Amino acid sequence: MADLILQELERETMRTDIPQFYPGDTVSVHTRVTEGSKERIQVFRGTVIRICGRFGRGSFTVRKVSSGIGVERVFPFNSPSIAKVVIERKGKVRRARLYYLRDRIGKAARIRDKTVEAKKKKPAKD
Amino acid sequence: MPKGILGRKIGMTHVYRQGVQIAVTVIEVEPNPVVQAKTAGGKDGYDALQLGYGRKSVRRVNKPMQGHYERAGVEPKRVLREFRGMNGFEAGEAVSAGDVLAAGDLVIVRGRSRGRGFAGVMKRHGFSGHKASHGTHESFRGAGSIGASADPSRVWKGKRMPGQMGNAVTAVKNLEIIDVIGEKNLVLVSGAVPGSRNSIVEIIKSE
Repeated sequence: MADLILQELERETMRTDIPQFYPGDTVSVHTRVTEGSKERIQVFRGTVIRICGRFGRGSFTVRKVSSGIGVERVFPFNSPSIAKVVIERKGKVRRARLYYLRDRIGKAARIRDKTVEAKKKKPAKD
Repeated sequence: MPKGILGRKIGMTHVYRQGVQIAVTVIEVEPNPVVQAKTAGGKDGYDALQLGYGRKSVRRVNKPMQGHYERAGVEPKRVLREFRGMNGFEAGEAVSAGDVLAAGDLVIVRGRSRGRGFAGVMKRHGFSGHKASHGTHESFRGAGSIGASADPSRVWKGKRMPGQMGNAVTAVKNLEIIDVIGEKNLVLVSGAVPGSRNSIVEIIKSE
């Protein structure tokens, strides 16, 4: 009973404008950055390596390599500082947490494309 | 004048206010029926409201208490608490969250903390225990010495030792009311609150 009340409350305050994406996908997270009194949008583009918890109070981690240095940012789904999330590419991965990408550099850190993979396979069957 | 109300702890989540994430405890505060109203002019000699919360089977209530509830025309409650200094309500009426609390108020939340049983000094008082190696034997989590020798020949009062931990009435002061959701009978309080889920807590306005 207590859990149901909490769930209902979270469902109501949940943001519904964030698209469904999965670990392995490449996303652009448009974040609101306030500098003094001005507000501008900064884009953080990278691979989703972790989705944590349910949509209501969950978070996701995006990893990118910026001038040779790996950068990871954790975004809560409900954060008002997220202006929007754009899914750039769907990736094909076999696990939920892609921590192994941290140990890989360059070509080894690539993730296969989901859509391309599906298109390639279909003609092969005929 | 202290003003309080009873509620049931639901659990924790977070909300955003002005772009800042705040951890909140959700407390269900259904209208609290007044079981007894004491007045300064009456035979009690002071103003107070006795509020009740939670449901209780009539079979579990003894005859004197049944009479007490019947006088107010209120169903038996799990918990009764008196809040001194509250007036303006008659027995049988109900006090709702909005009557007492508003967003931005600072409150004290009091409840019974989760019991941890008979706990040792490491868990109960944060002692560091003993080394796991270098010849240590038998005592790894013990307290060590509990005092000096022939003088004073006794252990100081208040010496921290193992014992019951939790299951005691605990209050957390200066929590902020983030939101009062009237139609759902919910109150959001910043930070953590004593007790387990479903336990009944008192929310008292800070002076």
